[in-house]
Amino acid sequence: MSTSANPVLDVRDLHISYSQGDERPTVVHGVSFTVEPGEVVALVGESGSGKTSTAQAVIGLLAENGRVESGSILLNGEDISRWNARRLRSIRGALVSLVPQDPGSSLNPVLTIGAQVREILQIHGRLDRRTADRKVIELLANVGLSQPELRIHQYPHELSGGMKQRVLIAIAIALRPALIIADEPTSALDVTVQRRILDLIDDLRREHGTSVLLVTHDLGVAADRSDRIIVLQGGRIQEQGRTADVLASPQSAYTRKLLSDAPSLSVAKPRPPVKPGRPAALTVTNLVQDFSLPTGKNFRAVDGVSFSVARGTTHAVVGESGSGKTTTIRSIAGFQKPTSGEIRIGDLNVASLRSEALRQFRRKVQLVYQNPWASLDPRQTVQAIVEEPLLNFDPLPRAEREARVRAIIERVGLPATVLSRLPHALSGGQRQRVAIARALVLEPEVVVLDEAVSALDVTVQAQILELLAELQRDLGLTYVFVSHDLAVVRQIADTVSVLHNGRQVDYGTVEEVFSSASTAYTRELIDAIPGKKFPRAEKAQQPIETGPLS
Amino acid sequence: MTRYVVGRIGQALLVLWAAFTLSFILLQAMPGDAVLIKFLNPEFGLSADQVAEIRAAYAVDSNVVVQYGHTLVNFLQGDFGYSLQAGVPVSAQLATNLPPTLKLAGLGFLAATLLAIFIAFLSSMAPFAWLRNAIQSLPSLFISIPVFWLAIMLIQIFSFRFRLVSVINPGPWESLVLPVATLAVPIAAPLAQILIRNIDEIRTRPFVAVARAKGASETRLLWRHVARNAILPTLTIAGVLFGELIAGAVVTETVFGLNGIGGLTEKAVGNQDLAVLQAVVVISAAAFVTINLAVDLAYPLLDPRLRTGHGAAA
Repeated sequence: MSTSANPVLDVRDLHISYSQGDERPTVVHGVSFTVEPGEVVALVGESGSGKTSTAQAVIGLLAENGRVESGSILLNGEDISRWNARRLRSIRGALVSLVPQDPGSSLNPVLTIGAQVREILQIHGRLDRRTADRKVIELLANVGLSQPELRIHQYPHELSGGMKQRVLIAIAIALRPALIIADEPTSALDVTVQRRILDLIDDLRREHGTSVLLVTHDLGVAADRSDRIIVLQGGRIQEQGRTADVLASPQSAYTRKLLSDAPSLSVAKPRPPVKPGRPAALTVTNLVQDFSLPTGKNFRAVDGVSFSVARGTTHAVVGESGSGKTTTIRSIAGFQKPTSGEIRIGDLNVASLRSEALRQFRRKVQLVYQNPWASLDPRQTVQAIVEEPLLNFDPLPRAEREARVRAIIERVGLPATVLSRLPHALSGGQRQRVAIARALVLEPEVVVLDEAVSALDVTVQAQILELLAELQRDLGLTYVFVSHDLAVVRQIADTVSVLHNGRQVDYGTVEEVFSSASTAYTRELIDAIPGKKFPRAEKAQQPIETGPLS
Repeated sequence: MTRYVVGRIGQALLVLWAAFTLSFILLQAMPGDAVLIKFLNPEFGLSADQVAEIRAAYAVDSNVVVQYGHTLVNFLQGDFGYSLQAGVPVSAQLATNLPPTLKLAGLGFLAATLLAIFIAFLSSMAPFAWLRNAIQSLPSLFISIPVFWLAIMLIQIFSFRFRLVSVINPGPWESLVLPVATLAVPIAAPLAQILIRNIDEIRTRPFVAVARAKGASETRLLWRHVARNAILPTLTIAGVLFGELIAGAVVTETVFGLNGIGGLTEKAVGNQDLAVLQAVVVISAAAFVTINLAVDLAYPLLDPRLRTGHGAAA
């Protein structure tokens, strides 16, 4: 930790560009900020805002085609922006270190945990093997990893995501750097694990007085964990200041929009209660789903899940990874036969359907997937993508097919000009609208939304949620909304099932579950939603500007 | 782990047996047999009855199933039968012809692997983009060179023009230099291509960025983090390419006038010398199976994820 009053990090008028073919567009335009000793500064923005490029430049890890065009990056008073590779290596890990985004892919799969933590000690100093090993065990214990003596001989695939992130944090703090860059450190983790990891970073920071540059798209996380916030948009700083001030009285319109779109920060207007007596569109009774393991044993992925969804309402299925939520919806969509239990869509028993009847059944249940980049065929035009489900069922004359495609594309808020385009020419939000149009073109009774907004930026997410609500109102759709994000669930769902290790631990209306959860697990999930520190009362009256359609 | 090893060995034996059986069926399906070809030759002046007697003596006229069982038992005991054309036991022919081919193939494979690794790492360490592109286009060039042409060119250049390698009475190792080079080039090409692609892909993985953030040098990144992960998929291809090696050896031995399995096979095909062909097929299959077994067994050593069968729950 720097003993002087000088900032640990002082970025001045930073410009970063990337070469793309013959062009060299600038993506960061004159960004300036400082990080004081012991301070947590959050760099907040959506994809393309330049937050990751800025952070990468600070640790000298810009992609090969990226370049600092002008400006300076002062680390403990020394400008590193013009340093050569060898000098940069001497401070990486020692003076400034990195906690990466995705712990699952951030550890070398063929090296032991011990070797990977030891490496940073060996690079920056001569240590004999035994001293190094002792230090590694100490570090692993320090980040709260159980049985560190055992862990050093294990490989990454033998650890859970949260444990891997602890190992990566141990690497980052090993040499007591002055600054840790945490690049979306928890966005790949479940919400309860996220909270524990962020707590750990907080504790270590207090203990060592390390500064943290926290890069995040999640305003809730920034609100809870940072001293100051810097809001980036399109490579320019929109606003920076003390976290409490920025949240309480945001100066820029863009910040206000971000705040209002963030589900974890918005005050959920309660959805009007569902009128009783509506017929059930979907009933799941005692669903059990076993999978046989190569060892010959059975693994029970879903264990006695029951819920009923009234026509025209939204039911959320919530849980962390491994909770059985994906298995549940695969059974609902008829992709696998339940081991026991019953699924009824209207008056059809899904499990009883075979071959052609099962194929015909698919028009009643349609899916929208999480990742709009992967779920659309990159070689088909939007017209062909949306038209395909129609071709699979009743033959329609070409003119009518086109009319229906046109109508549904308009319905999801896209201009007719997208019909002739390929998916790669569309933004993430536009693609998800295409995916929704494809699901709706068959006029299904139930739409299953599998983490359908999780991969989207917060403002785009807000627009898609708005669209889904509007379609439900106008077309009387029934949704099954699968999510790990309770903040979103609170905003969009009428009823909710909370799954934990394949069992349904809570079930009821959103209001009941959120206000009086019956199990400790559900309460922990709700408590882990970031954004608790946000001054809610002051925020609700902020005017909201409507941006262009994503 | 033991289950994995036993399973793989069992599979290897199964493949070997299938190769034996299929080749037996195919060779039996050929019209005529070696006895007819050799003894119906008018020079011998044998009558039809005498030929029939010889055929009976060699048991080539007996029931196919009996012949199959007979040959299988003999093979298991290491007895590959008699070459009718040469009049000596097949095992004697193999004893003289197998070692040169093994040496050629082994060295060729080794040279190919080294060449592939050299090209791949050179390209990933090349400081300039143009140099990288030039090195990366080498494999496609190598792959499109016909083996016989390459062999002739190598002789022309190194033996006749620069007189570096003598073609007349070369030493035992000297005689192998050009054939090994000929054999290595076309096999190195696909290996290098896959290795280059893997290295480029592994370099973009987040764990490489993490290692860089630790302050690791480029050399350390390449050898400690990239290389071992990039080698894994290449290993499988290396095993499959061993088949190419056997085919390549036939051409190479012919061009360089080496006595090996290639030459033996060529003659045996011309003479329908079934015993020799059967032995060559089984020996090639055995070599192929052994290499691939070695690859399968090496995998868990290089990739810890395969050691436990399946990983702990996430």
